[in-house]
Amino acid sequence: MTTALLEMRQISVSFDGFMALRDLNLSLQPGELRAVIGPNGAGKTTFLDVITGKLRPTAGDVLFKGRSLLNKPEHRIARLGIGRKFQSPRVFENLTVEENLALAVSHPKRPWPLLSAGLSAVERDRIAHLMGIVSLQTRAHQVAGSLSHGQKQWLEIAMLVGQSPDLLLVDEPVAGLTDEETDLTADLLKSLVGDHTVLVIDHDMEFIRRLESQVSVLHQGHVLCEGSMDQIQCDPRVIEVYLGRNEEAA
Amino acid sequence: MLQAFQQHRWPLVIVWVLIIAAIVAAPAVLPVFGLKLLGRFLSLSIVALGIDLIWGFTGLLSLGQGIFFALGGYAVAMYLQLNSSSEQPNGIPEFFSLYGVDQLPGFWQPFYSPWFTLIAIWLIPALLAALLGNLVFRNRIKGVYFSILTQAALLVFFNFFNGQQKLINGTNGLKTGVTKLFGEEVGSDLMQRGFFWLTALIVILAWLAVRWVVRGRFGEVLIAIRDDEPRLRFAGYNPTLFKTIVFAMAGGLAGIGGALYTVQSGIVSPQYMTVPYSIDMVIWVAVGGRGTLIGAILGALVINLVKFQFQSLWPEGWLFVLGGLFILVVTVLPEGVIGWLQAGGPRNLLTRLGVPRRIGTYPRLEIDGKEEAKS
Amino acid sequence: MQLLLESLFNGVAIGSVLLVAALGLAIVFGLMGVINLAHGELIMLGAYTTYVVQLIFKLPALQPVYNAYVLVAIPLAFIVSGVVGILLERTVIRRLYGNPLETLLATWGVSLILQQFVRSVPLAYAAGLVLALVLGFSLPIVLPGQLLDRPRARLVRAGSWLVSALAGVLLAGGLASQISRIARATSRNVDVTAPKWMRGGIELSGMIFPVPRLVIIVITILAVLGITWFLNRSVWGMRIRAVTQNRSMSDCLGISTDTVDVLTFGIGSGLAGIAGVAVSLLGSVGPNVGTSYIVGCFMVVVLGGVGNLFGTVLASFAIGVLTDLIGAGRLLSIWPSMPAPLASVVDFFATTSMAQVMVFALIVVFLQFRPAGLFPQRGRMVEA
Repeated sequence: MTTALLEMRQISVSFDGFMALRDLNLSLQPGELRAVIGPNGAGKTTFLDVITGKLRPTAGDVLFKGRSLLNKPEHRIARLGIGRKFQSPRVFENLTVEENLALAVSHPKRPWPLLSAGLSAVERDRIAHLMGIVSLQTRAHQVAGSLSHGQKQWLEIAMLVGQSPDLLLVDEPVAGLTDEETDLTADLLKSLVGDHTVLVIDHDMEFIRRLESQVSVLHQGHVLCEGSMDQIQCDPRVIEVYLGRNEEAA
Repeated sequence: MLQAFQQHRWPLVIVWVLIIAAIVAAPAVLPVFGLKLLGRFLSLSIVALGIDLIWGFTGLLSLGQGIFFALGGYAVAMYLQLNSSSEQPNGIPEFFSLYGVDQLPGFWQPFYSPWFTLIAIWLIPALLAALLGNLVFRNRIKGVYFSILTQAALLVFFNFFNGQQKLINGTNGLKTGVTKLFGEEVGSDLMQRGFFWLTALIVILAWLAVRWVVRGRFGEVLIAIRDDEPRLRFAGYNPTLFKTIVFAMAGGLAGIGGALYTVQSGIVSPQYMTVPYSIDMVIWVAVGGRGTLIGAILGALVINLVKFQFQSLWPEGWLFVLGGLFILVVTVLPEGVIGWLQAGGPRNLLTRLGVPRRIGTYPRLEIDGKEEAKS
Repeated sequence: MQLLLESLFNGVAIGSVLLVAALGLAIVFGLMGVINLAHGELIMLGAYTTYVVQLIFKLPALQPVYNAYVLVAIPLAFIVSGVVGILLERTVIRRLYGNPLETLLATWGVSLILQQFVRSVPLAYAAGLVLALVLGFSLPIVLPGQLLDRPRARLVRAGSWLVSALAGVLLAGGLASQISRIARATSRNVDVTAPKWMRGGIELSGMIFPVPRLVIIVITILAVLGITWFLNRSVWGMRIRAVTQNRSMSDCLGISTDTVDVLTFGIGSGLAGIAGVAVSLLGSVGPNVGTSYIVGCFMVVVLGGVGNLFGTVLASFAIGVLTDLIGAGRLLSIWPSMPAPLASVVDFFATTSMAQVMVFALIVVFLQFRPAGLFPQRGRMVEA
């Protein structure tokens, strides 16, 4: 067994006594695609907050490439190679699509080099390439605030990819997208696997199924079970807390 | 950004030609009094450029720029006083003898050196701003908290300078009018003309420098901070560092502006650090148009000219006007006059008044989209 | 021991003035996210109201009950500042919700206008104007509902405003003719003379407690208790908290968020009026009286955090005690054998204004450990 890229050990987070995460253990192998599902309030977003350094866990440790991420500020964790896409798209509304991507792609991220540096040819190519992938070339010089919801989602995914992190954390990438866009997003994420490790959080079962990945079910702050989508769906515990209701609805 | 500039190149070029023509012609046309006035207002527009940098672009509303403004003024005034006090008792500035001080306080010593003073004018305010800013930004204190903390800091500095007669002549401030520089009285017509040219030159240099900062990729990060600072962290940037740097830049600009203002008004005093004055500085930028550098410069110039004229006509009325201006610009014209012009405001107004708009072609639409977001 | 007690009393006295002044600001900021830079001017209006009330009570007809004027001034100041606050909310602030920095600037504009207003307009006419406003706003609420439902509602409304205006003019004229001191505009400071029972001090175990200070402490305690009860126990208090926590949900549940905004802002402003009464008992009243308190109020809000009113209380007293401790150089009297260099430092800061310098420095240090103040707001909402 190779060493895990990301390892969460016994993570607990408590908000004023309420345990958002309880003894959560999870590990990701390099190049893996993993989906995390769970009912509302299962702690999915809290769990991303812990990895990306937004939230300090009450107990436990997070290891990335064997190094602890605790007590590291968000931007350092990002520079180590962890990228995050937020639940509702968060792009820089007053910058153009191109400038948004340039921020993500840019290699110098420190102030002084940025004062004088332009974009290198390689970076320009990468930006053009990314805009091609998410079909935003024609909108390169439009400010991101004027994009539609779906376009913003894609722009943020493109920014995430442009950051070229080793680990991509993707929170509900298909919320508010059309079926066609959902399929394209699934393909895009699958194409990243291998070079990158991807962790996807979503509610959309069809989308998760399309990813053909290992699934972890989160419930009340800890991992209930892991396995393929088919295995998960047969697990009685899962049916009880989550899928049972979901399938009735479907 | 560059495209937006080209799109509206003509009005801007005309404005610039007018400004430069005015600067060149001013010393010949204006009496010395008017020249000093204009020079002072130009110095204030340097401060406004700094405020535009931090507020217009980065979204940090500082209500304490007066600290840095006054510090620049004090630095130059201390040098001038020392430089002209060799005939005074003990060879130190005259006011000390009023309080029975016969030895120069230690922190005055370095200001004997003209080179130190030239650097101190901008470096001390910049370092102080960096320190204050960093203490606040590193704890992710932002928004109105930052504003009211800067305001409190301003009050603290005011109290300090106002109360310390023995160190810095307290509420009386330091006068520079009769001090000497290059063997010439600072208040003389010749020197004042020179200071006017210097100020005009520095305004243009400052404008170019700030433009360079905001037009490049650095400027994109600043706008990103304004839009969504937490998100930027997850892209690998450290907003704290950028904010600290940009606040220090604004502090340095305010210091330079304060030094130039001091030599042209003949005095620096704690009055430069009062709470209302620092908030007034913000309204110059707001009226001119935050996020537009020309707007900041013109806003500072025009409002101060209007204020000067108005106060000689109806002194009590000015606060009503100023108060109304604050309310109006925030509720009706949030992007300021220049921002409104750039966003096609006059055209929209005409449309509203019933004049049909020319129908644009598709690429035109794109440019318009860009413009709207700038506001 | 006595020294300590005296120091503590002074600290509490300073703190309670700060607290009563900051209370309204903290509530409006905590519940609505609005920093009101005109808060100081609302305090000033409260102080001027006290002044006018006091002059009215000096009229021969009211002379016998002169000593009770403070009791009348408190509710009146609450109403005057509250109504001006509501007017401010309806006209300016409501356009700016969600833009705290813009609100900051707009309310600064309002504060400039209010300051100049009391300089330029004779108090008698200002009082008339305020009466007209109060009546104009409250008549439609007080009048029986069926009058307003009918088609002639508009007439009734216009009529009530007309009546209000008339009442205002009458009051203004009456005041101007009876009390010459408020018939002319003046930017000079005025003095509120305390009633006889409030002068001097109470002697207790060898210490003298000045009565005005005690009265302010009592006013402050009552204000804090009242507002705590209102927010936590009353129906409208619950609605206010509901709107703070989830605006759109409250809207869906049928809470009129508009009314809640008005109410919250009105109460915050009204508390500023009460603070004005307190302030007028301490020193002379002028157009700038509010500005001298406002920065202190901000420090209370920053130090206390917005999660809890208790934070505001604690922060006020902490700042009060510290200011007194540093400003009066009490450390020297507590520890007379202090080493010389330290003693000179203590001496350096031993004035009220230098104490402010020190307190600010301490607050900035404190924020390094608790950036969101003593009681930060918690939960998912905090995400910025």
